[in-house]
Amino acid sequence: MRRIPAALLAIVGAIAVGGMALQRHEPINALWILTAAVCVYLLGYRFYAAWIAARVLSVDAGRATPAERLNNGRDFVPTHRAIVFGHHFAAIAGPGPLVGPTLAAQFGYLPGTLWILVGAVLGGCVQDMIILLLSTRRDGRSLGQMARDELGPLGGFAALIGTLIIMIILSAVLGLVIVNVMKHSPWATSTVFATIPAALIVGLYLRRWRPGRVLEGSLLGVLLMLLALLAGGWIDHQPVLRPLFDYAAIALAGFVILYGFCAAILPVWLLLAPRDYLSTFLKLGTVALLAVAIVLTHPQIRMPAVTAFADGTGPLFGGKVFPFVFITIACGAVSGFHALVASGTTPKLISNEADVRLVGYGSMALESFVAIMALIAATLLDPGVYFAINAGAGVVGATPAAAVHTISSWGFPVTVQQMQTLASAMGERTLFARSGGAPSLAVGMASIFGSTFGRGLLALWYHFAIMFEAVFIMAVLDAGTRVGRFMVQDLLGHLWQPLGRTSWYPSVLLASALMVGAWGYFLYIGVIDPNGGVNILWPLFGISNQMLAGIALSVATGIIIKSGKLRYALVTLAPLAWLALVTTTAAWQKITSADSRIGLFAAADELARQLALGALPPERAAVAPQLIFNQRLDAWLTMLLLAILWFVILDMARVCARRLRGLPLRSSSEAPYQSSRLQGAAAQAQP
Amino acid sequence: MRGVAGLAARHAAALWSALRTASGDDAYERYRAHQAARHALEPPLSRRAFYEDAQRRKWSGVSRCC
Repeated sequence: MRRIPAALLAIVGAIAVGGMALQRHEPINALWILTAAVCVYLLGYRFYAAWIAARVLSVDAGRATPAERLNNGRDFVPTHRAIVFGHHFAAIAGPGPLVGPTLAAQFGYLPGTLWILVGAVLGGCVQDMIILLLSTRRDGRSLGQMARDELGPLGGFAALIGTLIIMIILSAVLGLVIVNVMKHSPWATSTVFATIPAALIVGLYLRRWRPGRVLEGSLLGVLLMLLALLAGGWIDHQPVLRPLFDYAAIALAGFVILYGFCAAILPVWLLLAPRDYLSTFLKLGTVALLAVAIVLTHPQIRMPAVTAFADGTGPLFGGKVFPFVFITIACGAVSGFHALVASGTTPKLISNEADVRLVGYGSMALESFVAIMALIAATLLDPGVYFAINAGAGVVGATPAAAVHTISSWGFPVTVQQMQTLASAMGERTLFARSGGAPSLAVGMASIFGSTFGRGLLALWYHFAIMFEAVFIMAVLDAGTRVGRFMVQDLLGHLWQPLGRTSWYPSVLLASALMVGAWGYFLYIGVIDPNGGVNILWPLFGISNQMLAGIALSVATGIIIKSGKLRYALVTLAPLAWLALVTTTAAWQKITSADSRIGLFAAADELARQLALGALPPERAAVAPQLIFNQRLDAWLTMLLLAILWFVILDMARVCARRLRGLPLRSSSEAPYQSSRLQGAAAQAQP
Repeated sequence: MRGVAGLAARHAAALWSALRTASGDDAYERYRAHQAARHALEPPLSRRAFYEDAQRRKWSGVSRCC
């Protein structure tokens, strides 16, 4: 009898997946995708996750966790699993699953949807759950420490460098996304700017006036931000105030870089922590609202299942559907970054080992669901509109007339009039060439919210979505810069000991400047790139994120094999092999392809040739030397990422080979067994 | 009727308490309870010092993701 709900789930899921895959020549409804997704997650959670927990990880509900053993009432605190789930989800859910699927929609809705579902259930959720348990068994040690303990010092160092690189690229690409949102948009710019004083006020409230009253402070902050949203709309209609917030991309990049530097050196309570409270509340609220609105409106998907751009000629970024859909969608399917969170704060809160299934696997399934909603929001737009918003001026042409001509010639008709009407409905002057994914997602979200909660407020909904994404992104930008600063200080401390002191002000300034300078450089290059910059930076980010997942899965595989469970090693080895394959193929193509839309060296050579011939217009010739240098730098960086990935994989293989040949190994770093004394643990331990 | 109202009030209270824990609103009270139970002789941190310390620890590691 207990099998009936599961069987029903399987049948509904199979119908939905089948229906989605087979309705190729007529528009399908978003509900098909949503149903398929929910069934796949529930089945994965009910069967695969339970099997992994029992067999592969030997999860023991009667074993004391570090939260219980080391309980200090501060960072180690046994916490109810629903609350740990909330914390962990809030930590892993960033802008990645919103941007990646939006960009990957250029291939059609089907490749992205299938990868999000399969990648999450068999890869991302598995990685998150396993790393969470392994770290819980090791007193909450970080991924880098586990790599060092279980593989060796070189593996640990490779993980550290890989993490630092991903922080730099992530901050640059996210900075670029918000710059593209704000450029020449006084409403968006003034709203996003106003969130900074709002955060400062909340910061003072939470420290000085009412210390630690997080709910009061957050409520105040959310009200201030909604006020900022309305004020932005008002400013947009004031001829005197409007120009004060009307900036070109390059000036906005300067603001973002300055902001990142301030956030890294100011005390956390003043800017970073309050901003994070606001972004978390806004994030959870908006995601829930979006789910309700999609179910209520159940929109038709207008994008074809698979577009002609699967052959590699896509306007958002070059490269075939294999391997680039797997690189573009990292967060939402498999995200290596999650392994850092799953081996950070979360394991110190887990009160019972059995909770890792809900917290690790469950949170990632929910994050993947967010990616599915982003994909729906992007693909319900008219494909012509989608491409007009997302394609850079360097690809489709700089004038509206040229852009609509190019896009219509691909078979996705769109008119200047249509784009103009849409832009004014959204309260913007123009929506052409706003690459980065955020604006088209905001248009999609605004149309969903608009048709659910009233179409008259489209402009307000659009800017609400923009504010939501921007706040989200800035929270990642400042947290990433700060963590990067600590890592840089750690590295510098090896050169000269005082530089390693995290509270010594000269060292703080130097490390912050180095970190901000590094991502600021990539952001600046992205801004001056006429193709939008995202086409280069996002694949680089995807490669680095999948590299980090490769490191996490290597550590997991090494530990599984060391613990004598070779027969279950495929659980992590299979996703590792797939990620190694796609990452290596993508990186190889980025390095060696002769097609200048894909290959970085090819692009640099092509640009150098045009520059030498004098074939470039003066404004492009002025920035060409910097672009050429950057493309070569990116190619070398890609090689470095690939080398780190294979280095760690081979190090893992070495450790496993020693284990299989019975040679001596580093002993397991697992904390010794203690039985739990928490109420309920003993009862759960009895099957 | 009173039973229904009581049930609703209990649920609302449980929900409120979960929201406070999830957001960290009651972190200081939980810390004080822990200190009183385990380290009754040590002077506890003030509310503000505890808040500052909690933020410093939270933002020294990776606690936000892409």
